[in-house]
Amino acid sequence: MVSGGAFSGGGVRRRPVLPNGVLAILLFIGVEAMLFAGFFSAFTIVKANFAPGMWPPPGQPRFPAEATAVTTLILLVSGVLLWWSGRRFDTEPASARGLLAASATLGATFIGIQGVEWARLIGEGLTLEDNPYGGLFYVIVGAHAAHAVPALIALIVMWVRMQRGYLDAVSFTVARAFWYFVVLVWPVLYWRVYL
Amino acid sequence: MNAPAHGHDHVHDDGGHHHHHEMTFVEKYIFPTDHKYIGKQYLLTGMLMAVFGGFFAYAFRMQLAWPGSDIPLFGHMSPAEYNAAVTNHGTIMIFWVAMPVLIAAFGNFLIPLMVGADDMVFPRLNRLSYQIFLVSAIVIVASLFVPGGGFGGAWTAYPPLSGDSAYNLTPLGSSLWLVAVALEFVAFLVGGINFIVTAMNARAPGMKWTDVPMVVWMICIASILFMASVGPLMAGAVMLLFDQTLHTGFFDPRQGGDPILWQHLFWFFGHPEVYVVLLPATGMVAEVVAVHSRKKLFGYKTILFTAVGTGVLSFFVWAHHQFIAGIDPRMANIFTITTVLISIPIAEMMFLYIATLYGGSIRFTTPMLWALGFIFAFLIGGVTGIPLGASGADIYLHDSYFVIAHFHFTFFPIAFIGTFTGLTHWFPKMFGRMMNETLGKIHFWGTIIAVHCLFLPMFVLGLAGHHRRIYDYTNFPELSTPFLTNIGIFATVSLLVLLAFQFVFVFNFFYSMFKGPVAEANPWKAGSLEWQCPSPPPHGNFGEHLPTVYRGPYEYSVPGRDKDYWPQSEPA
Repeated sequence: MVSGGAFSGGGVRRRPVLPNGVLAILLFIGVEAMLFAGFFSAFTIVKANFAPGMWPPPGQPRFPAEATAVTTLILLVSGVLLWWSGRRFDTEPASARGLLAASATLGATFIGIQGVEWARLIGEGLTLEDNPYGGLFYVIVGAHAAHAVPALIALIVMWVRMQRGYLDAVSFTVARAFWYFVVLVWPVLYWRVYL
Repeated sequence: MNAPAHGHDHVHDDGGHHHHHEMTFVEKYIFPTDHKYIGKQYLLTGMLMAVFGGFFAYAFRMQLAWPGSDIPLFGHMSPAEYNAAVTNHGTIMIFWVAMPVLIAAFGNFLIPLMVGADDMVFPRLNRLSYQIFLVSAIVIVASLFVPGGGFGGAWTAYPPLSGDSAYNLTPLGSSLWLVAVALEFVAFLVGGINFIVTAMNARAPGMKWTDVPMVVWMICIASILFMASVGPLMAGAVMLLFDQTLHTGFFDPRQGGDPILWQHLFWFFGHPEVYVVLLPATGMVAEVVAVHSRKKLFGYKTILFTAVGTGVLSFFVWAHHQFIAGIDPRMANIFTITTVLISIPIAEMMFLYIATLYGGSIRFTTPMLWALGFIFAFLIGGVTGIPLGASGADIYLHDSYFVIAHFHFTFFPIAFIGTFTGLTHWFPKMFGRMMNETLGKIHFWGTIIAVHCLFLPMFVLGLAGHHRRIYDYTNFPELSTPFLTNIGIFATVSLLVLLAFQFVFVFNFFYSMFKGPVAEANPWKAGSLEWQCPSPPPHGNFGEHLPTVYRGPYEYSVPGRDKDYWPQSEPA
């Protein structure tokens, strides 16, 4: 019993403000929000340094704003389904599991479409080196992907645990909170970077 | 335990059985999850890194005093080595000495003990935090020995110098430097989350927010500041690493990037970082001042609010590092105002410590001397910050030795005087033995006198026009007059004295750890919870009966009681 699970440790002997895991993920999400705030402000400052009409730089491909509006919608729907799944977790486990599967599927769809878009932009000659326009795009969208993929894996793990019947409410809340972060930071990203 | 997330909300009434488990050497010392051992690992790693930081200071001060001479233990110093030495001196002292010792070592050791918990809420994340930190320390040391040498672009790593190896000539050193700093931030991020959740959820029953010892508050506020400010720098670090390795041009004007952008991202973190290390040090001073003057901490809530106020303001002062970087003068005015404003809460905090002393039964023990030394030296640092915060004066003083003297009068009290305050006070609890008071006082007086002799001359050098990044002043006749040369040599000799006195501490530390007189549970007769368990505390800290709290931590000299202290856990 010296080392328990990752979440077992000092005993909580009072009514916790929030369960340990939930409090920890909220703090972590705060840090991540500041990370993206740093990226967005960098994008805004670099864009402001370019002369009017020079952004996006001539000859560079445009970001696909219309197509990404659709993927943004897919991601938002995934978030809503997850929220719904969380509400049904206690009362109707079977329906919660279905909603979680639907949410994760939409999340995977989003990541897949973004990956294809990314590959297409590389094909059209949007590079990291030429200017910060392409560089910032790949760094910011890549940072989002670096959060979306682990968050999706967490959702899949939650689904497997739910299937086997040992998913506890706190773990589920932690995974859901992280996915909500991935969902909610994307529209801001879309607004700052694509539009 | 195969359902990992179940442990968090169970009531630890079964605390007994895991204390009987015999831990192997590896479990106990190499991969511990016990917060006390992790704290000690951080402490010893930080002390080891201080040897590197101190050695660099010795080497470049010798070069400055006697340019071009052969430095004992180092040899001849080239300009590139000089740059690498000053850069890594700054980086190591802040990120690998001040941070791990003040926040991680004391935070880990003290928080569970002081809030009456048996461990951190996430002990394995805690262990992971130290392991990441250890890797980062290895990477920063390794970066000194790669081809091209260590990074020499100053600890602020301004691009384009830091972004392109054609300029800095350290292709490997600069990238490893950046990777090490980023890893170190991840370690403290994990640690900080642990501190805050532990202090919020694992407090003993009965401990209200006004019953939490000040140092716990300060470490938690510092962790919040760190977490709120580190994100933008991580974003900048990723971009700078890409500039170095993939030749993106985020900070390179030739490719349409903006070098000032890095300065904003860096200082948005860098200035709160000052308070991240300051607040834990002031928290330890608060504990020591109250215990060793046998008086209730004066203005508990006011101290707390000044700390929060300082923390909030610290996010709005960063551009005072950029007054000569070409920022808009109107913006410089705004940042001058916020910078001067931030001196108010910090000054108030120092006055409250002095007010705590007033009318107390002051005991001049070694920790108390260090606490008083902190207040004295830090006030010099604080007052000299005001001309630097005023944009008009800063245009002249920027990057001069005046700045060096100013921030060493803040960072030396924080990183060393603060550490010695805490270490001499909690040493009996950490190692179960008392430190030698005579050696402690010799160390105190030697250090405090030498450090003033070291940095006070630099104010004069700075006002005379010495710039902080010059390798050799002999080519500038008006700046290498006999007077200026001599006070530079005086500062270097003071540094040698300062370093010599640290051997007294190192001897006292290790000798007392093994041979010092055995400490009782509560040698200072203090009221907070960590002194109500054995010295050193066993695994699980309080044994079978975890404490319940009935009062605040500073109930000293309460009228009508036999003893002049009243433990927090003693029923009324």
